[in-house]
This record gives sequence, C-alpha cells and structure tokens, in this order.
Amino acid sequence: MEDMTDKPNLLGWTCPRPLQHYPTIVMGHGAGGKMMADLIEHLFAPAFDNEWLSQMGDSTALELPAGKTAFTTDSFVVSPLFFPGGNIGELAVYGTVNDLAMRGAKPLYLSAGFILEEGLPMETLGNIVTAMAAACKKAGVKIATGDTKVVQKGHGDGIYINTSGLGVIPAGVDIGPANARPGDVVLVSGTMGDHGIAIMSVREGLTFETEIQSDTAPLNGLVEAMLANAMDGHRSPSHKSKKQGGHAPFGDLSAGPPLPTIHCLRDATRGGLAAVLNELAGSSKVGIEFDERKVPIRPEVNAACEMLGLDPLYIANEGKLVAILPEEMAGNVLAAMRRHEYGKEAAIIGGVVSEHPGLVTAKTSIGGMRVVDVPAGELLPRIC
Amino acid sequence: MKYIDEYRDADLTRKLLADIKRTITRNWTLMEVCGGQTHSIIKSGLDQMLPPEIELVHGPGCPVCVTPLEQVDKAIALASRPDVIFTSYGDMLRVPGSTRDLFAVKAAGGDVRIVYSPLDALKIARDNPGKTVVFFAIGFETTAPANAMAVLQAKARGLTNFAVLVSHVTVPAAISALMDSPDVRVDGFLAAGHVCTVMGFWEYEPLAEKYKIPIVVTGFEPVDLLHGILKCIKQLEAGTHTVENAYERSVSREGNKPAQAVIRQVFEMTDRAWRGIGIIPLSGYRLRPEFAPFDAELRFPEVQTIETKESPLCISGLVLQGRKKPSECPAFGRECSPQTPLGATMVSSEGACAAYYRYGRYDR
Amino acid sequence: MCLGIPAKVIELYEANGMKMARVDFGGVLKEACMEYLPEVKVGDYTIVHVGFGLSILDEQEALETMELLKQIDALGEER
Repeated sequence: MEDMTDKPNLLGWTCPRPLQHYPTIVMGHGAGGKMMADLIEHLFAPAFDNEWLSQMGDSTALELPAGKTAFTTDSFVVSPLFFPGGNIGELAVYGTVNDLAMRGAKPLYLSAGFILEEGLPMETLGNIVTAMAAACKKAGVKIATGDTKVVQKGHGDGIYINTSGLGVIPAGVDIGPANARPGDVVLVSGTMGDHGIAIMSVREGLTFETEIQSDTAPLNGLVEAMLANAMDGHRSPSHKSKKQGGHAPFGDLSAGPPLPTIHCLRDATRGGLAAVLNELAGSSKVGIEFDERKVPIRPEVNAACEMLGLDPLYIANEGKLVAILPEEMAGNVLAAMRRHEYGKEAAIIGGVVSEHPGLVTAKTSIGGMRVVDVPAGELLPRIC
Repeated sequence: MKYIDEYRDADLTRKLLADIKRTITRNWTLMEVCGGQTHSIIKSGLDQMLPPEIELVHGPGCPVCVTPLEQVDKAIALASRPDVIFTSYGDMLRVPGSTRDLFAVKAAGGDVRIVYSPLDALKIARDNPGKTVVFFAIGFETTAPANAMAVLQAKARGLTNFAVLVSHVTVPAAISALMDSPDVRVDGFLAAGHVCTVMGFWEYEPLAEKYKIPIVVTGFEPVDLLHGILKCIKQLEAGTHTVENAYERSVSREGNKPAQAVIRQVFEMTDRAWRGIGIIPLSGYRLRPEFAPFDAELRFPEVQTIETKESPLCISGLVLQGRKKPSECPAFGRECSPQTPLGATMVSSEGACAAYYRYGRYDR
Repeated sequence: MCLGIPAKVIELYEANGMKMARVDFGGVLKEACMEYLPEVKVGDYTIVHVGFGLSILDEQEALETMELLKQIDALGEER
C-alpha cells in the first residue's frame, strides 16, 4: 500500500463538535447541512486544496486553454477498498487521468463525486482522500469540483467514487481506436495482469513470495514522452497513404497540421490486453497478430493464473497501456518508454495485418496459433 | 514454473510432431477423455499442428458438462433457500439449469460462494453455525478424495450444519458406454492423467482387451499430450491394444491407495445420468448410508421432485460422445455462445464448445 | 478436468487433525492437505488439486522420460 502517513488530523481540528464526535459516516453527512459542510471543510477541502475548489460555488468556473477538449467520466466500485499497491482513491484519480491521456490529452481538472455508505469509518475516508490528493499531485491535476452523498447501510460497498476529467488535446494529435493500419506495430508498456491478481490475492487469500502489487499509475507523462519521440522521428505525411492503399487518413486533419504518428492508445483495464486488442481490431477493421511469449508477465502472476485457471491476457491492469503505431516510429518510442518510470518493461508484442479484420490471433508458446477472443463476462476461476 | 515450462517447449514439440508424422500411415481417430486436455490442446493450437491423418475427438471428461440437469436444478433450489449458504467450485456457477443458473441466484441475493477447496466449505460451516452450508460435490475420481475428506471431517468434528449435494461420475464406465454405442468411431483413447493419478490404470486393462483399443494415460501439457498421442499412434500402427503410461512422473498402475481407501469409505458406486448422454450404469458415486446425515438431498427432500427442461437446440450430448464437433452444431455461435449458453459444454471453460468458441475453431 | 498444478512443499504441519503443507506454485504460496501423501517430504513436488496433494512427482522418472523424448532422430525430422 502507498505511504499513508499523513492521515487527516482529527484532533487538530478546531471544528465544531459534530465532526469530531463522529468516527464514522452517518446519514447527516450527506444531508446538505452543517455536518456535510464540516466534512467538506475539514476533510475534503484541505486535502484537495486549490483555488478552483475554494470557489465553493455550486459549480466551478474554469478557463480552458484553446484547442480540442477531452472529456471523460468513470466510476470506481472496487472491492476491497485497499489492496497491495493502492486503494480506490488512486484508481479514481489515475483511471480518469489515463482515459484522458489515451487521447493524447494533457489532463487538467477532475471532478470527484462520492457516494458514502453509512458506517464508513472516517479514518478510511480520510486515508482514501489523502491518497487521492497525492495522486492528483503526481499526475499534475486538480480536483476542481465535487459532491458527496450518503446512502443507508447495506446500500453500498463502503464507498463509490465517480471522477470526470477535462484535458486539452495538443494541435495535430488525433489518437483514436479506428486509426490502426496494416503494417503498424503493437506494443505494451509493461507487465500484464498485476492489478487483477493483486485484487484476487486479497479476495482469494493468496500469498506470494514476492507480493504482487497493483500497478495503478498515471500514464500522462509516459504518453507525453511517447508523443514527443514519435513526432521527432516523423517524416512526411505521405507514407501513410502508401501503406493504407489510398485511404484518406483522418478526415479534417489530412489537409492540415502534421499527421499524428501514434495511431492508437488504450489503457488495458477491465478485460485486459485481450479486450483492448479486440476493440482496436474491431474499430479499425484490421487484424492483429501477436506472440504470447513476447507479452511481459511477472512469473508470480503467471503462477497465480495457472493455479486459479485464469488467462493473464484477460486480467485487468491499472497502469499499463497498449499502443499501435507505424513501424518506423517504434524504435524511438520504445526507447523513450523504457527511459520512463512507467514504461521500463515496455515491449513490442506483434503487429497489425489486413487479414481476418476484427480478429486477434496469437502465436502460442509451442508455436501453434490461437484466436484471442473478447472476454466472456466475469472471469470465474477454473478449478476443474 | 518447474514441471510446466519444460513441457511447453517449442523445440521438443516440433520433434515429437515430426516423430508422429514419421510413424503414421493412415487415418486414426483418438479421443482425449479429459476436458482439461481438450482445453490445453486447443489453447496451444496443438490440434492444428498434428498431421491431418489424426482426428482428435473430445470426450465427456468435463464433470461440469456432464452434471445432470436434475442436479443443477437441485443446486439452484438449495441455493435459493435463505437458510443455506451454497458453496461450489467456480465452474458450476454459469451452467444453465432448466430456467436459470447459480449466478442468477447469487445476483438475486442468494448466498452462493465460490470455493477453491472443499475444506474452505467446511470452514464456512464452522464459521456460520446458524446456516446450513451445502457443498456441490461434483467431479470425476480426481476430485472424489477431496470431497470425501470433507464429509469425513464433518462427521469427525460433529459439524451438523454441513451437507453435500453429490454428483460424482467415473471414467471407465463412460468409456464402455461410448464403445458400446452404435456409431462409435474412436480408435484409441488418451486417458485422463489426473483421474489415473488417483485411481491408477489397472481398471483400463479389461477395457483395452474387450474393445481391442489402445489406452494411453496422458498428461496435460503439450509435450505430455504429444507423448501420449505418439504412443497411441505407434500401437495403432502396430496393431496392439494395451494400456500404456505416458504420464509416469505422476501416475502408477496402482494409483494413490490412501485416496482410494477414503473414496471407498465414504462413497459407493451408483448409476448416474450423464447430461446429454443418459444413464450409464455404475458410473458414479453416492454417499454410503452411514453418511446419510450429510446428504443434502435427504436433508432437503423437496429437491427430489424437480422437473427439468433441456434446450431443444443443444446437442452437447453428441459433442460429449465425440459424435459431433461443436462447430457442427447449428446453434453454435448463433443462439449459443459463452454469453448465452444453451448447454454446459459452452459454459464450462473445459467444455469442447467453449474451447472451440474461445480459441476460434470456426469460420467467422 | 482436474486442474492439477505442480507445487513444491515448503513446510509440513498439522491442522484440524489433518496433515497439511505450505506449498509454492511457482511463487504463489498456498495451503494444501497432504493426508493422501503420507510419505511426502519438504522439497518434494506434488500435484495439487482443489487443495489436496494427489501425487509426489517422481523427478527421476521425469528426467528419464524427458531424455527419451529428446532423443528423437534428428535426421528424420521432416518427412
């Protein structure tokens, strides 16, 4: 778990009595009155402290830089709330930051909506909020607006968090799921399956020689480094038309600023690598072929998957991305990734083909071939 | 991982495939009994690497697939009771009953819990004295020692709130039934390596003799499977029909005696209905009378009068007997998929239909 | 059927009147019942299925078989 040393100082507050005397969340904290104001003033606001939040209006007035705005939302309902490597707070910040980064956007502002279950210990909430504050700092974003509701005991898993995010897409960058082209290279930013197995380890009571930690992390810095190095190596826009056999590449941008060089970016969250590759193959109407042996996976994650009868290709990640880009850029981009904190184990795993559009196949460890299908819903551990 | 990686070696795989190609002179049909073997073959792509003269048909060795519909419906009825905590191996959760599955019961508020081991179910019983914990004791002979131990432990510890819903099936009778059926087209068997780890392989000797078929005890990794296939092909080409062991590191002729002793102590042979196939005499286990207090069907007699209804489109019985391939089923990939399964072979991660669908053995 | 995974026994003890072991599946540690393997020792590899050890893997046997399999006639590799 991340460093949890700066817990909210309940004793140091000179707040009116209601907050001090409530070690857990009660219905009153969501009622819009004094108790809720206390909660905001003494728990949320100090943690997320910034000039926009302190406007304390019903909505926050922002000025966004000119250009295309990226907008995303995500809700976080993970159970358990705390797991090796992180907690729901980090997921809530990094998950939304990453969704923005996957468009090539620079993430700027987040909203945070909390649904708290009556009975949630104040200390738990404090720890989560502190973690969110630290995550925001790390990712370079601010929480500019928020909301709190309280539901009755039994109606929520302790806490649910929704975060929406705004970011700005630099001119000339147009990354999207339909941009993959035959001849492109597919790469991943690091080891697959860590987050899902970290969660499973708590649920299934697994212990490891070396603990598997969630990989929850902000990927916007990594994406920036990738884009910078891709742009460096970029030559003429016309190479695209040759490969595509005459397709007009990206609509409006074809006659405008330099063409984007990274075609697709996706974070490999629920459904894992397999889900992402299938989505991209489907959206771009191309085939994807990769080599199972080239996908980086920690030995303990492999072992846990063998034991539980799970396939690491389908397990969720929270700090890993999949990129599809032209072959000539791959060397530069890969090198840039490996220099970055969150891309040290980045690897090329395969490529895009014109055969079998929409289908993802993989070379197996014995040299055979298998289709990597879309995930079929909730993964139940195999036993038998 | 030791004992796994070396059995997935690409070079050794190539060498064994070459040896098989050198040995084979005509078409042969082999059946791999066990669902785990089916899964491994298809996932590794081995079926597409074998010479075309070999046809692999997939057998009924998926206990999830062959659990009779009645037992699934009984499980659902028990799980729906508010005074019951229903525990099961994960695979059973989405097997379709007549109207719904255990997963739906869980979603509707039933206390259904996946356990990795029957000992976990015992612990749940110890921790929840106010409820009855029912454990869905399915499986082949491999799982019987574990399930039996749970019952023994419950008796030894006086756990009155623990019961088992038994649906065990055994392999040798199934092989007989398959070989006795009119349009059987199997030339040789790859016997299930972990069933034989428990039971040994002496039971298969009379079968090999009676039906004049080679039976090779085979493991689960690609190298193990090729080893088993090679031995089987060599016998077929030579015209012999004996039982051989291609999984020597885990299997002996006698098997695991302590495990067999406990199975005999807790269970006795019984006729069992195999889903999609029908009743095969003496092909399963049931609790011995002295363990009747732990029999969920006796404790909750209302489940004994359940009416079942199979999907008319589902041909999983023919698939389980190796008479049809999943891709030959008209509903495959249409009405029937892992998201909307009509039969157990599409639900179980070891079912042939699920394996074919997931690893893409059909025209898209 | 029978997801049986090789696991190394790293510790043996008694619990609830049964012989139990701490086993290592390539980095994942779990508990398994060893009632069916009375002669098992620490350091042995076992096949574990649904929390029960069912066989002790015979290393000698495994090595010998591997050797045999590897001695495929290299000249006759392609027909």
